Amino acid sequence: MDDFLLLLLSTLDSTLRVSAPLVLCAMAGIFSERSGIIDISLEGKLLGSAFAAAAVAAVSGSAFVGLGAAIITSILMALLHGFACITHRGNQVVSGLAINILASGLTVTLGGAWFHKGGQTPTLSGDARFSPITLPGADFLSEIPILGSIYVELISGHNLLVYIAFLAVPVTWWVLYKTRFGLRLRAVGENPQAVDTAGISVTFLRYRSVIIAGILCGIAGAYLSTGQNAAFGKEMSAGQGYIALAAMIFGKWKPVPGLLACMLFGFLDAMAVRLQGVAIPGIGEIPVQFMQALPYVLTVILLAGFIGKAIAPKAIGRPYVKER
Amino acid sequence: MSSPSKALPAWIDVGVIPLINILLAFFVSGIVILIIGEDPIEAVKIIIYGAFGNDYNIGYTLHYTTNFIFTGLAVAVAFHASLFNIGGEGQAYIGGLGVGLLCLALDQYVPFWIILPLAIATSGLFGAAWAYIPAYLQAYRGSHIVITTIMFNFIAFSLMNYILVNVLIEPGQMSPESRDFLASAQMPTMQEAVGWFGIEIQKSPLNLSILLALFSCLFVWLFIWHTRWGYAIRMFGFNENAANYSGINTRRLVVGTMCLSGVLAGFVGINEIMGNHNRVMLDFVAGAGFTGIAVALMGRNHPVGIIIASLLFGTLYQGGAELSFEIPTIQGEMVKAIQGLVILFCGALAYMARPTIERLFTAIVVNNGARKEQTNG
Repeated sequence: MDDFLLLLLSTLDSTLRVSAPLVLCAMAGIFSERSGIIDISLEGKLLGSAFAAAAVAAVSGSAFVGLGAAIITSILMALLHGFACITHRGNQVVSGLAINILASGLTVTLGGAWFHKGGQTPTLSGDARFSPITLPGADFLSEIPILGSIYVELISGHNLLVYIAFLAVPVTWWVLYKTRFGLRLRAVGENPQAVDTAGISVTFLRYRSVIIAGILCGIAGAYLSTGQNAAFGKEMSAGQGYIALAAMIFGKWKPVPGLLACMLFGFLDAMAVRLQGVAIPGIGEIPVQFMQALPYVLTVILLAGFIGKAIAPKAIGRPYVKER
Repeated sequence: MSSPSKALPAWIDVGVIPLINILLAFFVSGIVILIIGEDPIEAVKIIIYGAFGNDYNIGYTLHYTTNFIFTGLAVAVAFHASLFNIGGEGQAYIGGLGVGLLCLALDQYVPFWIILPLAIATSGLFGAAWAYIPAYLQAYRGSHIVITTIMFNFIAFSLMNYILVNVLIEPGQMSPESRDFLASAQMPTMQEAVGWFGIEIQKSPLNLSILLALFSCLFVWLFIWHTRWGYAIRMFGFNENAANYSGINTRRLVVGTMCLSGVLAGFVGINEIMGNHNRVMLDFVAGAGFTGIAVALMGRNHPVGIIIASLLFGTLYQGGAELSFEIPTIQGEMVKAIQGLVILFCGALAYMARPTIERLFTAIVVNNGARKEQTNG
């Protein structure tokens, strides 16, 4: 029983680790898309900020300076997206795709030229990384059966950014549903004309939304390269931005369901690692590729309307043209 | 894409503005090269020599061009119906799988001239099948084509990975690749083909698939601009409601257009699997599906534009490879960055320069007009 509990806890523990960047990106996506701006550039922002964090942390020796650089980089990319989609009313999918491809090319180009490691950044150690935090009382509580191990194994011992990631969910919920800004943000994604008529700038609102998305993706990027790993590697985001996008849609553009979707996809990922080469009685061995494809398959099935209905914000993808 | 607000002469809209956008993309690329401390002019020289320096390099350039024509046409056909097919990458991948399965099944039994038409049909069919599901879901279940095609790219990667690692892998091999095809399932290389006419060139991956690419261009041009179906597609792309009210079955149109798009993307399999690698392997598409988006945007969804844009990207890919070889500080990924910039400036920011050009144009025309009036009066 104890072994099983430990196995379960360690699987859940890695679920948290894997889903942390997904959660941040999904919340970023919610801010952007609820304001009416399609954000497939989550992937690019994640990759770009991961590079910025690792590069700056390697040079400065401080993970926090790296985090700052990651956030700034990601905001700049978000502003570029905004400039194309909001100011110039460009196609939002095209713009997002451009940013993704640009990030994937530029990170390796710049990294290769600066660090001469074929696009990798130097390995980080000590203060240049976000190291695990042992929460207060972990030693003391570990004596208590079950609850103690849950606290020690599962809740304690993550790095700062993981806690920020999970804190981002209630904050997103609060901002979206309990503040005036959130109400306007949701309104601008549904009916920008109405917001404009009320004398509120659609442009400014949408810019603020994409900037918030930039900040969140920046934290996620820093987590990838200075928390979860100890360096930036070529294509290290590996589609996680798209998984987050899928999770956001799976969560129907809402923070809490979005969180659950991220945890589900993170859990599938953690299970995929554990199930490799293990035969399940009655089913046999589940191919790891099947587990990897499952988040995408599930999202497609959801989008097809077979598990509830995912309804996007009404004004999504349509540039707002003020009537004269 | 936002539609143009005021009418400018066609040559400005089709010629000058795209040119400005491309130049902007290259200008920013030049700045990136300056930032990493290299000389952009030198880089351009190496790229051009690397792409066209000798028949071997030209062969590579045209081989890449062939891929980009297929994927560019695929994206363009969907664009005409205002559908955004991001799934070219996955459709090409699955198209290649189809070619591979056919060649592995038949190459011991039948000659090349039977395999070839079957392979072309299979690649198209597999590509179309991979586009069919997202298309069906868009048309009948209301899920958004962009998201589903993105998801289908990832599903295709996992599927191929599974099939190669578990099914097609050559026994006793470590790398997930199928066995090599026999000669009966290999597309003649350009070297062999021009050899029939007594011309000698070096061997490169360039093969006869390029003829299929050019034929596809002709077909798309005829189909989109000279058939009723093409007219329906463009009408649907221009105004969905109008198409609906004029009695077009828009659902079938969406599915049909996406399937045609998938067929064209699937042809990449012919060029890469039958023409170049002669076996099924991982990642042979290598981003051509995404480059197709840049190509279609730059070529303004017209076959002629697509050929020009494909040639440009073929040049960049081949020249870029030489560039990173000559100047190790510049990674091969620089080409990807340029591609991103082209998509940004020719796609998302396509109309950024327009107001300025419009003002300039009106200023010049109005001034000229005023001057003429003065001289006349």
